[in-house]
Amino acid sequence: MVIRSAAVDMLGLTDPFPFLQSLVVANGGLGNGVSRERLLDVLKVYGMVESLVMPPNKPYCFVTYSSPEAAISAYSSLSGRDILFVDTAQKITLYLSFVDKVEVKETSPVALPPGLLIVEDFVSPEEELVLLENIHWETENDHQKSLKHRRVKHYGYEFRYDNNNVDKDQPLPEGLPALCKILLRRCLNQGLIKNMPDQLTINQYEPGQGIPPHIDTHSAFEDEITSLSLGSEIVMDFRHPDGTSVPVMVPQRSLLVMSGESRYLWTHGGFTTAPIENRSCKTAVKCAEKPRITPRKLDVVQISEGQKVETVSRNAGELTLSRRGTRTSFTFRKIRHGSCKCAYPSVCDSQQGLEKKSPRVSDLVPESLEKEYVHKVYEDIAGHFSSTRHSPWPKVVDFLMSLSAGSLVADVGCGNGKYIGVNKNLYMVSNSKKIIV
Amino acid sequence: MKLLTHNMLRSHVSGVTRGFPLIIRAEEVKLNSVDFNREFVTRMIPKLEWEALVQSAESLGHGSDLPRELVSGYENDEEFLKKVHHVLLEVEVTEGALKCPESGTEFPINRGIPNMLINEEES
Repeated sequence: MVIRSAAVDMLGLTDPFPFLQSLVVANGGLGNGVSRERLLDVLKVYGMVESLVMPPNKPYCFVTYSSPEAAISAYSSLSGRDILFVDTAQKITLYLSFVDKVEVKETSPVALPPGLLIVEDFVSPEEELVLLENIHWETENDHQKSLKHRRVKHYGYEFRYDNNNVDKDQPLPEGLPALCKILLRRCLNQGLIKNMPDQLTINQYEPGQGIPPHIDTHSAFEDEITSLSLGSEIVMDFRHPDGTSVPVMVPQRSLLVMSGESRYLWTHGGFTTAPIENRSCKTAVKCAEKPRITPRKLDVVQISEGQKVETVSRNAGELTLSRRGTRTSFTFRKIRHGSCKCAYPSVCDSQQGLEKKSPRVSDLVPESLEKEYVHKVYEDIAGHFSSTRHSPWPKVVDFLMSLSAGSLVADVGCGNGKYIGVNKNLYMVSNSKKIIV
Repeated sequence: MKLLTHNMLRSHVSGVTRGFPLIIRAEEVKLNSVDFNREFVTRMIPKLEWEALVQSAESLGHGSDLPRELVSGYENDEEFLKKVHHVLLEVEVTEGALKCPESGTEFPINRGIPNMLINEEES
């Protein structure tokens, strides 16, 4: 019963009415690396599973059995028990609790960002093999720097990661490989692109590696950006400045062309979620029981195979995890000479006049520095920051519990206010830049 | 904003010497029911600016006949403690503003949360 109420507090559920058919399974979620298939194997031992709702990136899920007996049996057998998930070699302690009802929000399929095109099976498996075999990673010279999160090689022009631009006056001795030129001509002939690219960047990502969300520098490259995906498929995350996020399945051997709005305005990246698993959890209670692993080696994908090239459903009743293998992408771009005149000045370095240099720190007054580097950052990360800080630190809880009734506590910079309700005998005045409670 | 919170807020506009108590301009007041905790109230009373509390409660029409001055021996007066409990925790200003008694600067209260930030840059 203690476990039950703890789980209820943790998930913010209303007090559950017992002996129904639905249960919340804490620690059994896509967010901590448990896949739908493995969990179903565990759950169906106790009876027929009517539905299993797994919200993306959450460390819990909801199961509904076809009978109360099955639910009760699962509850009494599984709650608090360690389950070994063989595929991820993780030992996880599940906590179950009855819930009133499980509401599944049906989400309508999301449209691809405007200007984005994906062509499945653009190259044959044989061509894929030849392409992969002809990358000579070992040619180490000044132009081929190894990056922290991936292997990279440039042809045509070198892309410089220090200023996210290219040395337009210094073409590399090697032009684009012959085989690539053949593929690009195929693109032109099929009307997939309008202009012949003159720069190629090959990236190789091992499982767990990825590329952070970014927009390819406007002043560096022309409109069309073409990327060929070899090896493992990936879910790419496209984001509009208004916060709209569209996960797009990019299958093996597919060709992706970004133009117009999807090239200029939307960011794209290859992490399903931000890489936070390395953050130490010195203070968290019993880390082993509450794994906070963000599955960078796993992608959240739809359960049904068939529909490959589409946005990934956000319908929590249809999601599971997919393991990543090595993925190699060939990104073809055309160097821009002159400045960009796109219709998206807010994200255009040419039109913002940022092609030279950003202002020196000393030129800015403290208030605007704080606004830019503190307030704006917190504002941008607030959602993620808050969702990963739901558990109070035990030492802080100890401190709050040690205070006598009627003590006054000021929680300055209280974030999401997770300590406010810890000790009901205290009066807590909490503030954040936006809140005083 | 509960009156207990109000009792702890002061204006921090530069040049203001005391900035307390802030004048309440209430547009919406709600009465909530909060469990009575005798120990909590008893221990809170010595920490309060008593006169300011009575004044602000009266200005909202929720004075509850509290005496202008604190009478000793209140620890054993259950009825009195319950009145203080009500005024401190159950009366809540949800919309309106707090006005600095010296500079006249107004701090808005929205959805029960007073915004004490001063300049445009901050808000």
